[in-house]
Amino acid sequence: MLEIRNLHVELEEGGKPILKGLDLTVEAGRVHAIMGPNGSGKSTLSYVLAGREGYVVTQGSARLDGEDILAMEPEERAAAGLFLAFQYPVEIPGVGNMTFLRTALNAQRKARGEEEISSGDFLRLVREKARALNIDAEMLKRPINVGFSGGEKKRNEILQMAVLEPRMCILDETDSGLDVDAMRLVADGVNALRDAGRAFLVITHYQRLLDHIVPDVVHIMADGRIVRSGGPDLALEVETNGYAGILGAGAAA
Amino acid sequence: MTMQSTLRQETTEALIAALPRPGGAAWLGAARDAALERLRRMGLPQRRDEYWRFTDPGRLVSPAVPAVPLREDDEKPAFAAVEPLRIVFVDGRFDAAASDPLAPEGVEIGHLGRLEPAEGHWAASLFGVLEAEGQKPVPRPFAALNTAFAAEGALIRVRGEASRPIHLVYRRTGDGAEVLLHHVVRVEGGASVTLLESGVGAARLNTVLEVDVAEGSRFHHVRLQGRDPARIAVTHLFARVAGQGEFRSFTLGFNGALSRNEAFVTLTGDEAVAHVAGAAVGDGDFHHDDTVFVTHRGRGCESRQVFKKVLRHGAVGVFQGKILVERTAQKTDGYQISQGLLLDERSQFLAKPELEIYADDVKCSHGSTAGAIDETALFYLRSRGVPAEEARDLLTLAFLHEALDEIPDERLAGELSEKLEGWLRRHR
Repeated sequence: MLEIRNLHVELEEGGKPILKGLDLTVEAGRVHAIMGPNGSGKSTLSYVLAGREGYVVTQGSARLDGEDILAMEPEERAAAGLFLAFQYPVEIPGVGNMTFLRTALNAQRKARGEEEISSGDFLRLVREKARALNIDAEMLKRPINVGFSGGEKKRNEILQMAVLEPRMCILDETDSGLDVDAMRLVADGVNALRDAGRAFLVITHYQRLLDHIVPDVVHIMADGRIVRSGGPDLALEVETNGYAGILGAGAAA
Repeated sequence: MTMQSTLRQETTEALIAALPRPGGAAWLGAARDAALERLRRMGLPQRRDEYWRFTDPGRLVSPAVPAVPLREDDEKPAFAAVEPLRIVFVDGRFDAAASDPLAPEGVEIGHLGRLEPAEGHWAASLFGVLEAEGQKPVPRPFAALNTAFAAEGALIRVRGEASRPIHLVYRRTGDGAEVLLHHVVRVEGGASVTLLESGVGAARLNTVLEVDVAEGSRFHHVRLQGRDPARIAVTHLFARVAGQGEFRSFTLGFNGALSRNEAFVTLTGDEAVAHVAGAAVGDGDFHHDDTVFVTHRGRGCESRQVFKKVLRHGAVGVFQGKILVERTAQKTDGYQISQGLLLDERSQFLAKPELEIYADDVKCSHGSTAGAIDETALFYLRSRGVPAEEARDLLTLAFLHEALDEIPDERLAGELSEKLEGWLRRHR
């Protein structure tokens, strides 16, 4: 589903290289996790895939179902089925959660040549998904993420994912700032979405999220590259030995 | 006499000579004579005047008014949802045939241009009086000019709860011309009314609205300033709010080569409320100036000034706002915010927020910002599939909504919000 080949990315300002020849293939129906020390380029990867400004791709490619996503606008990537759950969801005063979700869903449908969803169907859809994530109606009425706790913001990301039903979901440090209960809710939300036609890329610093969202493949990222790949056991190895133990003292510094 | 004051005098006399003097009741004549004398004493503003630092008064003082081509009016009539009583002015003349015939219950309506000798005496204590009080500490010469020369306007006396809002509609049939309108409203104790204004009215429109809000009464005002790009307007709102009175005014400005909207509000009694707010959107040749002066005299009063402007392609927004808290006004709660959203680097937002406080137990805050669209928020919306232009509109509307929230009637707020959405779509 997602194929990244020899991706090189540097910061637009200053030209500092961040990704240095990253290769990654995520197949439909699978959950891949990327772990790595701070500064290894994990978040940059998620932002570049979603189309955030401020990065320059100097080499390589990223394709979603064979389509070059790096040439697309962020909204086109979303319509193509890519979704990024943000590490820091943005607060937007004055724009209601529901208005936003509905505008986003209808824009994606329009871009794919589908009919807009009716108000009634939309309300039912959101209520059903929100209930599963323990998000109450009051939260949905408020402006996007304004006054939300850390856990509420992350649950709101998963709600958006559940409503928009993307095929390629990237979760950037979704566990950061979550207590155990909130993490379980978020993980249940993600697990409910797992199916044969959908793939996940779970980016995390710690192993604990992967107890709840069990990956098929674990990659270790360091200095802008994938340096090791393995099964779920690799995450446990990180937990036991630390990144330094896995990468060797030099690489982890 | 210095050269500058000679020039000021010449400019003033030239405009006075160009305007016809209206006739009318004896009390009106006296008020107009006094206003003319005030105008001559202060003279019309000049570019160098501190109060006109951000707005060149040149196009307001010239005796000749540049023609503004008449456009086809393809907009739906404003404010229809609240079924207002319409008072229509065509090219500055009251048009009885186009207006609704009967005043709502609890309201008396007279007309400055057709007062019988026995009519409208109640207005004598307000006409030109609130304007004259508003000439200190800063002169507002166009308001004195209006009192001296406006031949038409509505005199509205509200004695109970008005059953319908009153809508002053300004139409025009020609390209050129200056129109001066002077309205007086008195809301008597415990009464309430909503006053609406809309329409371009003239190539150059000068309006004065004097409002006396008596004890425990309520006055709500919503104004829609037309969309002809070349229109010029100078407006003044003078309000006196007695104890526990409530005054709320909101103005939405679209386009317009030059608009100067002044509000001068004094909270004379205790626990009175005054909110003055506005939203404006401009593209290109657009200069929009809100100049607000709120005085707290009574104890425990609350005032808010909330102004938001969206500016693009070299448009200019100005805000000069002052909260003056007099020695007697303990427990004052004053708030002022003015913000410009600049959609490109050529546009400008110029603000002069001021607080002057003589009481020691008050809560006053003010803020002013000018900035671009938040790129992080824009990316967030786009990453969910919202196209860039739509995302920008959503964020722009969100910015304007803090001002629109000042409109108490949801139907009116909703209508103005829709107008803004339409404007944003047309100006993508």
